[in-house]
Amino acid sequence: MSEIPGDLKFAKSHEWVRVESDGSVTVGISDHAQESLGDLVYVELPEVGSSVEAGAGTAVVESVKAASDIYAPVSGEVIAVNTALSDKPETINEDAYGEGWIFKLKMSDKSQLDDLLTPDEYAEVAESDDH
Amino acid sequence: MTQKTELNATHRELGARMVDFGGWDMPIAYGSQIEEHHAVRKDAGMFDVSHMTVVDLGGDRTREFLRKLVANNVDKLAKTGKALYTCMLDENGGVVDDLIVYFLREDFFRLVVNAATRDKDLAWIEKQAAPFGVTVRERPEFGMIAVQGPNAREKLIGLLPEEVREKARKLGKFAAIEVEGPNGMPLFLARTGYTGEDGFEVVVPNARVVELWNLLREAGVAPAGLGARDTLRLEAGMNLYGQDMDESVTPWEAALAWTISLDEGRDFIGRAALEKQKADGVQRTMVGLVMDDKGVLRHGQKVLTAAGEGEILSGGFAPTLGKSVAFARVPVGELGSVRVDIRGREIPVRVVKFPFVRDGQPMPGIAG
Repeated sequence: MSEIPGDLKFAKSHEWVRVESDGSVTVGISDHAQESLGDLVYVELPEVGSSVEAGAGTAVVESVKAASDIYAPVSGEVIAVNTALSDKPETINEDAYGEGWIFKLKMSDKSQLDDLLTPDEYAEVAESDDH
Repeated sequence: MTQKTELNATHRELGARMVDFGGWDMPIAYGSQIEEHHAVRKDAGMFDVSHMTVVDLGGDRTREFLRKLVANNVDKLAKTGKALYTCMLDENGGVVDDLIVYFLREDFFRLVVNAATRDKDLAWIEKQAAPFGVTVRERPEFGMIAVQGPNAREKLIGLLPEEVREKARKLGKFAAIEVEGPNGMPLFLARTGYTGEDGFEVVVPNARVVELWNLLREAGVAPAGLGARDTLRLEAGMNLYGQDMDESVTPWEAALAWTISLDEGRDFIGRAALEKQKADGVQRTMVGLVMDDKGVLRHGQKVLTAAGEGEILSGGFAPTLGKSVAFARVPVGELGSVRVDIRGREIPVRVVKFPFVRDGQPMPGIAG
């Protein structure tokens, strides 16, 4: 498995969150998650402007094997979606922590970030997943 | 307790992602499932199918027994080595399993049945065989490797001793021979498969499976997992037992009418029920669907038609087409504009004939 960037936080359900300099957050799925799912062939993105609650199904990624819900790690308003994924869903397989981001949120409650996992904590979750 | 094939450690060394499949620990993919799919369509790939069950039938009345056991007619098997795809049915015409029957001698036929249905199949076959004095012998001492793709046969033939190559090259489609393999290993070589490509399914003693696998790898045959096997067979329009048919479905309802032989005077199990259903009118049918919109058709999704609701059976992404295809069971009648309910949205689909792909190419009208 590739290195997990140190500035990320994770949900147990395998999404990552990066807090940007403007205070918004970018969300994607972990490298471990994309590897488990296998080749991605479709991403269903949320509507820009919609409000989401932490833990709510917000996007769907489909691999050759299965469909999988992507949950919002924190509550907020969707302010951007990665439309490039519509034509190239495999970008998530290739660069899960970079070009493969899925949506951006304007957080409604910054304290929810404290509930998320550090990269080390998440690495343990991912590892126990493999057994 | 999960069962393992002789190749289990080999799969793990190759970095395969393993899953439980019908009680067996099997590789779903070694790397990219889509690349494995394309390797089979364009060159040569191989699958460990040692989990499949080889059953040998013996006795003077074996052919007579098979006339009763299966819905297709084993009298089509006249030449030694010839194979037949068929279903065995219960008294209601429901599908107990689909299988391949090989004719080896009048007193020796070989069956290859599904792994997930092994116990049920063996019990059913033994029960039916008893009155015929036919012996039923499972052959767990064999493994099986399916070598598939346009270059698969030549790659395997290249490993055979010089003197048997011509014989292997001449083997016709849907037939099998016993030949000496590399380093003296005995092979049962069948020109069959589950991918829509040419190739062989090779039965080999357990003790030699890993050796054959490694020789095939050195010959440039790419390991492929059960994930690719599933997308390949779906594109090729081939049914999967348990998903496309089971005991609650007759062959009429599963696009398997071509495997039923209603020849005169042959009283196979389930025949009366099939004839009655046909006379009364078959109410459901299995059709092919192509979705031109983005997204993936999946097992269990609801299908909306003018004739009523149906459901997706096997469905998935078809790598050769770059879009999703499926089999669906729908009511018989005028279907009108057909949609599939995906997470509450109605997505239009086209009803098409299958196979979707043959010999590496989309069939006419499938790509859209």
